[in-house]
Amino acid sequence: MKIAFTASGTSWESKIDPRFGRAEFLVIYDEASGALSSIDNSSVKNEAHGAGTATAQKIFEINPDVLITGNGPGDHAATALRHSKMKILVNAHDMTLKQAYEQYQKGLLNEF
Amino acid sequence: MIDTATITIAIASGKGGTGKTTLSTNLAAFIAEREAVVLADLDVEEPNSGLFFRAEPVHQEVNYKAIPQWDESKCTLCGICTKVCNYHAVIRLGPSIVVFPELCHSCYACSELCPDAALPMVQKRTGILSEFRADNLHFIESRLDIGEEQAVPAIAKTKKYAAEKHPQVRLTLYDSPPGTSCPVMEAVREADFVILVTEPTPFGLHDLKLAVETVQVFGIPFGVVINRYGTGNKEVDEYCSKEQIPVLARIPDSRRIAELYSAGKLIYREIPEIREILKEILNTVITMAKGVRK
Repeated sequence: MKIAFTASGTSWESKIDPRFGRAEFLVIYDEASGALSSIDNSSVKNEAHGAGTATAQKIFEINPDVLITGNGPGDHAATALRHSKMKILVNAHDMTLKQAYEQYQKGLLNEF
Repeated sequence: MIDTATITIAIASGKGGTGKTTLSTNLAAFIAEREAVVLADLDVEEPNSGLFFRAEPVHQEVNYKAIPQWDESKCTLCGICTKVCNYHAVIRLGPSIVVFPELCHSCYACSELCPDAALPMVQKRTGILSEFRADNLHFIESRLDIGEEQAVPAIAKTKKYAAEKHPQVRLTLYDSPPGTSCPVMEAVREADFVILVTEPTPFGLHDLKLAVETVQVFGIPFGVVINRYGTGNKEVDEYCSKEQIPVLARIPDSRRIAELYSAGKLIYREIPEIREILKEILNTVITMAKGVRK
């Protein structure tokens, strides 16, 4: 399984970024290889509009099985993400990536 | 291009709730006592000037904006459209190009630059334009449909309609949206004069400064009306005198005015002092607008 997180940093100890479109980083954990990688998403800071759909396109290309985020995507981004089969889990704000992943494994995160 | 016989006055503000609609509706009705006047409510996200007039509907039409529509049969998924869209209104999701009409600014870039003509522009409804008439007063408003995010095309259309429908009317008033973003720029950019309504508070001053910067971008003559005068502090007065911005009027803070407004009444008809203030504003504005034109 490939798990993507919206994050404010790039390590397991980084906090989940509660924002979807304007998340600082997109962190990807590949359970098969154990590799943690990240994409710098800070360029959306310069976007006045469409941060949600821009980030949705990036997530779509990463093509994770699960996305773990905070507040959840807005309407436009959600519409875009529905084009894939990924499961979107929300309300992971105030957690580190590690905590969020553990919560996910226990099935304690809400589905969007 | 400008017909020197006509004057367009935009009533704007940085801060919301300062009295744009109060001033617009009262000024329009006051002018209509003597001559024809056009009032266009350009606050298309929440038009409310119409609440103050018992006017007959004379015309209604649908407003549209142009958006691209994906033609799957022609598309090669090259992705140029997604790269040229500044608003991420066109994105590529696997084998599909997805258009988000609400995010689209109708710039045509994706459509024109598509090498395969796979994104023809089509018309999408954004809301309704209505015109009403009460004797000398021609009132025009546009109202966005729920969920529509783009106010600018509706504002541009409303201005165009007003100008084309009533080219002979000497005075046109625009009740602008609040703030300093794109809708406000569109509302004021071709006006001959901008009246900035503010209140004498730190919030009023803060947003007034932003509004002044906006109007100065266009080099349009402008003046300030300080509403609810007597509340707050002296900082707006001090700012205007320091920057040599003309204060067109100071409308006193009054419970009576608030009561009349909330009852949907025109305040100048009940309060003679306001009638005098409107007369003075109008004289000053016409003189200043003409002065710039020479």
